[in-house]
Amino acid sequence: MAEFLQFIFSGLTVGAIYALVAIGFTLIYNASDVVNFAQGEFVMLGGMTTVFLGYAGVPLPLAAIAAVLVSTAIGLALYRFAIATAAGANAVTLIIITIGASIFLRGAAEVVFDKRFHTLPPLFGSDPIRVGGAAILPQSLIVFAGAAIIVVLLWAFIDRTLFGKAVIATSANRIAARLVGIDTRVIVAACFALSAAIGAIAGILITPITLTSYNAGTLLALKGFAAVMLGGIGSAAGAMVGGILLGLLEALAAGYLSASYKDAVALVVILCVLFVLPQGLFGKTKVERV
Amino acid sequence: MIVLSAEGLSVAFGGVRAADNVSFDVEPGIVFSIIGPNGAGKTTLFNVISGLCPPDDGRVWFYGENVTALAPEQLARRGLSRTFQNLQIFSHLTVIENVMVGRHRHEATGIIADLLHLPAVARQNRRTREAAAEALARVGLADLAQRPASGLAYGNLKRLEIARALASEPKVLLLDEPAAGCNPVERREIENIIRSIVGNGITVVLVEHDMRLVMNVSNRIHVLANGRTLAEGTAADVRSNLAVIEAYLGVHRTQETAGAVG
Amino acid sequence: MNVLALFDRLRSPQRHRLILLIPLAVFILLLPLLFSSAYYYRVAALVFIFAIAALGLNLLMGFAGQVSLGHAGFMGIGAYAVTIGPTHLGIPPLFSFLLGAALSAVVAFLVGRPILRLKEHYLAVATLGFGVLVAIVFTNEAGWTGGPDGMTVPGLTLMDWSIRGAGAWYWIAAISFLLGAALALNLADSPTGRALRAIHDSEIAARVLGVDVAKKKLIVFVVSAVYASIAGSYFGLINGYITPDVSGFLRSIELVAMVVLGGMGSVIGSLVGAAVLVILPQALTVFHDYEHIVLGLIVMSVMIFLRRGIVPSLAAALGERRAK
Repeated sequence: MAEFLQFIFSGLTVGAIYALVAIGFTLIYNASDVVNFAQGEFVMLGGMTTVFLGYAGVPLPLAAIAAVLVSTAIGLALYRFAIATAAGANAVTLIIITIGASIFLRGAAEVVFDKRFHTLPPLFGSDPIRVGGAAILPQSLIVFAGAAIIVVLLWAFIDRTLFGKAVIATSANRIAARLVGIDTRVIVAACFALSAAIGAIAGILITPITLTSYNAGTLLALKGFAAVMLGGIGSAAGAMVGGILLGLLEALAAGYLSASYKDAVALVVILCVLFVLPQGLFGKTKVERV
Repeated sequence: MIVLSAEGLSVAFGGVRAADNVSFDVEPGIVFSIIGPNGAGKTTLFNVISGLCPPDDGRVWFYGENVTALAPEQLARRGLSRTFQNLQIFSHLTVIENVMVGRHRHEATGIIADLLHLPAVARQNRRTREAAAEALARVGLADLAQRPASGLAYGNLKRLEIARALASEPKVLLLDEPAAGCNPVERREIENIIRSIVGNGITVVLVEHDMRLVMNVSNRIHVLANGRTLAEGTAADVRSNLAVIEAYLGVHRTQETAGAVG
Repeated sequence: MNVLALFDRLRSPQRHRLILLIPLAVFILLLPLLFSSAYYYRVAALVFIFAIAALGLNLLMGFAGQVSLGHAGFMGIGAYAVTIGPTHLGIPPLFSFLLGAALSAVVAFLVGRPILRLKEHYLAVATLGFGVLVAIVFTNEAGWTGGPDGMTVPGLTLMDWSIRGAGAWYWIAAISFLLGAALALNLADSPTGRALRAIHDSEIAARVLGVDVAKKKLIVFVVSAVYASIAGSYFGLINGYITPDVSGFLRSIELVAMVVLGGMGSVIGSLVGAAVLVILPQALTVFHDYEHIVLGLIVMSVMIFLRRGIVPSLAAALGERRAK
């Protein structure tokens, strides 16, 4: 039982990160129909930039803020130079462009940083808290809290501000949004920026637990996508549920089946969802008019 | 003998009833036209009959067989072919290659033979090309055979689709608004093509807006509005039923119909 | 089929084939005259090896209009077949090579059925997932595959001849590409080929004309997997060593870049694309660390600016100039 609880805790922790990655995906996808494969790189950049700024002598809180800003800038650059210039390309082309961007960012990280694993000091020390025979790291609680705060803030922003309403409008119908005067390019750029920021924060939060390295982004992107597919592409609530569910599945599979195939869980999830339930848990089935 | 029969077909998209309990029988060798205002459900019916869209209710019969649940490729093999209102041209292929694809159900080679280009494949290619050229000639596009299909004028593309559908040697041909966007000269060409198709023993089911064309070629006309059958009969019947039609199609349309007929 | 504009007026597809294959054969024969050392033979061999894989992928993407972001998975199956077969199962390398191709065909058949029902970005991600899954399996099953550090590939001996030198592999790879090109051109001018190209433009119209779209897509997927498998086996044999990277995500994206860069649907384009992506890292050995940055930039640039590909763009430009 204690073992089971242990897996649940670690599953929820990493699931919270997957949920954040998935929310980032969804923000961009809803506003622009782009599946942003570079989402994982934002997470990687958040952690790695903080780490290396820290090595350079910058106090960690400042380093973290700087890392988020760097990631946000890169998100905007990605939109401006890669997505906006490819205006009108089809879905597959756009995905490949973002894959190219993710490879580019990964290559850049390889050169600017290095190829080793790095970590950050946890916020409240590393003494695990005992709950029901299992141990939960204080950093895990930070991750939960951080994810929850981000979700609430994001919801408030989307639901309560004028800009947020514009995001909703753009997501619902880009042409109609343009017709009522919304500059959809600004909206989409903002979504990229937001996603990058959220990803970076997620990266900073999780690095004390899972470490980070220059190539952490690729698998994260795939897992984030698995979470999105599980929850139903286009649904923010689905993204969250999908992320947490995926984290739990992964932890349980790693614990009870095979640790080395942990990463394969997300891939199997992707394939299963696409074959069996393409609209995910919360998505709508598409009605195709001929 | 009824070659094609719709029995109580109903289709709804969301809340919209695109077809509501539509039934008709088509006899062999005639031109059977389905008319009605935009949104009356005509193309939806075609999509159901050609297997692209399952009906919520009702059945489709083809030469006495219940084909409601069959896929388009299975219907093609039984001799049902169609053209598309919104043109589904193979734009990366040449004109004649487009029509050659229409011969697909009469071709019989496997992947290994195709990869190795065995003599049987070469012979088949020749036969296919000849049959395709013939179909092109029937619609008057023979001299455009080698052109990329994407470069053709709209009117020619409509004829290309007909040639392609003819190449499959159908027993029943569904024509979805073949005269849409055509000028009177092109329309008359389409009329002649339709008459020659029927002359060769193929049954034509036509969805069309152009009343002149409809009145000129049709043996039977089925009138739809809001997904429901309004009237059916010969051209003469429909003419005399104008009063009822007017209530749904509007006075302008009725005058247009009368003018087409007069 | 994209042939250089110079030949677009030829009526006979038979002549199309010869016009392409004969100069290609001559090129292959004469190219070694430029080689001053084994190094050149090796690079050229690698170009042709990847051209084979790219050509296979081109059949899937350029002809049939599908996408596979996991095709290196099949290269991996071919590469590990010629490794595991002789090393662990005592199967002679040549036979292992054939078994690898057969295994790739079977895997493609089984995976292809469900996967090809998907469209566009769903298909892209599903194939991506498949490729990464294959790489993970190769990485984890260290008992068979040597794990992340890889394993040695036993040499190929053909009736007492040890096929080792780069020279031998140049001829094997180049002639194999020539054969693969001939098969691809044959396919283009066949009922299956026309059906595939039709599917690319309008699946609906193809179905209505009697084409079994699902079956045709599966066929081309299997054929393209076999091409990749052959290329993968050659790759393992020429290097003498393989790691799971051979079937990795980066490798799959490289293949896609080769296809798009060279020109989708263009046989020569596959060679051109492979040449660029194989030779560039060689030319930039000084900048070896920047390999991924360059790859990422190439992928982005090609997809944004040169989606048509080099060969079709050249052909169009030549065609326009002649028209003036």
